Amino acid sequence: MGEELLGRYPYFLTALLLVVGLYGMLGKRNLLKKLIGMTVFQTAIFLFFIQGATKQGATLPILDPRWGTDPARYINPLPHVLILTAIVVAVAITGVSFALVLTIYRSHGTLDEEAILEQGRKR
Amino acid sequence: MRGLTLVLLGLFLALLLYAEGDLPGRGDPAAPASTHVSPYYIQHSLAETKTPNLVTSVLADYRGYDTLGETVVIVTAALAAALVLLGERRAD
Amino acid sequence: MLTRHPSPVVTTVARLLAPLIALFALYVVAHGHYSPGGGFQGGVLLAASTLLLRLALGEKDSAPAFPPSLALPMAVTGVLLYTVTGVVPLFLGGGYLDYARLPWPGAPAPLLRYFGILVVEVGVALAVWGTMVAIFDRLARGEG
Repeated sequence: MGEELLGRYPYFLTALLLVVGLYGMLGKRNLLKKLIGMTVFQTAIFLFFIQGATKQGATLPILDPRWGTDPARYINPLPHVLILTAIVVAVAITGVSFALVLTIYRSHGTLDEEAILEQGRKR
Repeated sequence: MRGLTLVLLGLFLALLLYAEGDLPGRGDPAAPASTHVSPYYIQHSLAETKTPNLVTSVLADYRGYDTLGETVVIVTAALAAALVLLGERRAD
Repeated sequence: MLTRHPSPVVTTVARLLAPLIALFALYVVAHGHYSPGGGFQGGVLLAASTLLLRLALGEKDSAPAFPPSLALPMAVTGVLLYTVTGVVPLFLGGGYLDYARLPWPGAPAPLLRYFGILVVEVGVALAVWGTMVAIFDRLARGEG
């Protein structure tokens, strides 16, 4: 039982990172800290997919003439393709959200979520 | 408000730990993710596209339409950032 | 507005390293078929070399190397290259993005797909390079 639990350590670490990222998004009041929480959440999802693609005793998904085209000798390439797309989209999302945070700071003068909501209610 | 957040996070963590019981073990070669389409790509990529790098051939040839959509998303994000910051010119 | 870094050591090292980083990035794009790499990785490295010059030399002194007004047109050119590679096979009897029917006389289908992948990866590298530099320039200029 202890052996099997130790063999599933990637899932526990991923769950821990997901909870940390979600706490950053929900429990912090500063807008930039929320963005950092979003980045941690995205990184946890990437790690979860990448570690789900490994196979025991297999190597990189680049065909090697020594081992031909045996599917058991190469790790699964499909999650890597998915995560390549996801990483670049995550960078684009971060760029746009920084532009939005800059505009919010210009018009409200603060980055605190409660203060911004107060200003919106008073208008 | 803090208490509610912590309770929600605790429920989320419990849900994740309950769900991970069904996932395959680490490195299992018979996992469902590795047995459906990916053996076809591994076996036929060199014969059909002359590319040893499986990730590039799947990304740019077999799944090229998704890569086109993602490139459009990137450029749209650049245009959106430029539009949001259009009014922020300096006074001079 | 980014200003030139006051120390001459920083500016000299940045001007020495930026072309080498760009050369390595071109290597990564061109060898995407045989080693880990391809369009996205090479595009990010190219953007890193341009942003190194922006950070070390400031916006005015690095404008001759990469004018800020060039970033968005370059990104859109990358998407245009990708789309044209997809539409041309439609007129020659194949499907959309069907590289086996690109108009190159007398080449077998695997070789045509090989070159289709290469053209598409160059388009993706241009798009990623233009996007990264455009977002950085807008954010840095918006600081006033």
